[in-house]
Amino acid sequence: MDSRIQLFLVAALLGLIWAPNAIAAQPKDLELEPLVVREPERREVKVDDIDSENFEIGAYGGILDIQDFGSNAVYGVRAAYHVTEDFFIEGLYGRSELGKTSFEKLSGDVELVTDDDRQFSYYNLSVGYNILPGEAFVGRKYAFRGGLYLIAGAGSSDFAGDQRFTVSGGFGYRMAATDWLSLRIDVRDYVFESDLLGSNETLHNLEFTGGLTVFF
Amino acid sequence: MLAALAFGLPADAKYQPEVVVSDPYIDLHTGPGRGYPIFYVAAQGDRITILKAQTEWYKVRTPRGKEGWVNVSQMSSTLDLDGQQINFPQYGLDEFGKRRWVFGFAAGDFGGARILSATGTFKLTPNISAELVASQVLGDYSDGYMGTASIVMSPFPEWRVSPFFEIGSGMINVNPQTTVVQSQDRTDEIAHAGIGADVYLSKRFMFRAEYKRHTVLTSRDDNEEIDEWIAGFSFFL
Repeated sequence: MDSRIQLFLVAALLGLIWAPNAIAAQPKDLELEPLVVREPERREVKVDDIDSENFEIGAYGGILDIQDFGSNAVYGVRAAYHVTEDFFIEGLYGRSELGKTSFEKLSGDVELVTDDDRQFSYYNLSVGYNILPGEAFVGRKYAFRGGLYLIAGAGSSDFAGDQRFTVSGGFGYRMAATDWLSLRIDVRDYVFESDLLGSNETLHNLEFTGGLTVFF
Repeated sequence: MLAALAFGLPADAKYQPEVVVSDPYIDLHTGPGRGYPIFYVAAQGDRITILKAQTEWYKVRTPRGKEGWVNVSQMSSTLDLDGQQINFPQYGLDEFGKRRWVFGFAAGDFGGARILSATGTFKLTPNISAELVASQVLGDYSDGYMGTASIVMSPFPEWRVSPFFEIGSGMINVNPQTTVVQSQDRTDEIAHAGIGADVYLSKRFMFRAEYKRHTVLTSRDDNEEIDEWIAGFSFFL
């Protein structure tokens, strides 16, 4: 009997010693397995994941000449979406202020517009058309691509406390410093009607600005 | 993405797949436009890396390190590294017929006043779309804002001149100009029916003209009828 119990104990002990070996052997098999079922690397091109740079945002500053109210500093922000290589759609918002009319200067104390209403702001939604693309050469080492564009749009101007329907037209030049950074120079005419000075008249307001835009 | 660009993230952080030229050659332009000159050609069998895209142009790098812009019409003939065709999106009249998102703006006449609108449209079924419009109304004696939601029915979305009908409703807020002494600001409900057409221009660009008949549901005894004529540009995705 004793010997049978001893045999059983030895067998159990051996089992305990071997069992961890058996468990330890398993991961080796698992490690080999992926090599067998591994698929060839997929090299499909995902066009949607390619970095596209069709949006352009930026800030600008310059001079706005408001008819009868003198020339003043103007600054603003704009965002554009390039729909095709030719057309882009752009929205902008700018601020300036009204100076004094000649009449106000000559007559002394007379104020046609309150100080609050001298704040001038406008927004405009425009369509731009790229024309005359080309390269600009700076010195003998550098070439920058750029081009002229025509732009026209409609919007609203907050003029002397009233919202005025405004149409605009002009042209500009965009020079790409890098693929994503551009320098822009714009000349725009903002046209709206006002009866502030008595009769209803059409006011032309010329604006000259320069700015930087980022493509993303 | 903008921040990444502004702070000069390393180029290898972006997805820049390689493709193989299968036409005899493809043209590399100096800029993303047909007016920019061709300065280099990549030959058949060259593995080129696509760096980025702008409108319908792709900036690529050749094995010799030349970087230039290739039009989508030539890119679409390249193959991936397994020799499979790649589907580069090209926009034409077919895609116009399947337009899903449309964004645009327009200007026109709103009962004698001027109106400016920004519009976003989403296609629900091939013929029916949901549309949101935000407008500013600028009159001689008053100005205001209007927001409307509409259901648009286009029976022939694939036609180059594609007619549509719409009904919708919204709110209008009107306040008098400072040079006129009049009643106070007021906000009313407004409902409309309209008819118009989308005209396909080129690539993803389109023109829209529309007539809407609005009924302002005022708190006074009479409802006010307003005619709106409006036209503008939009693009589709």
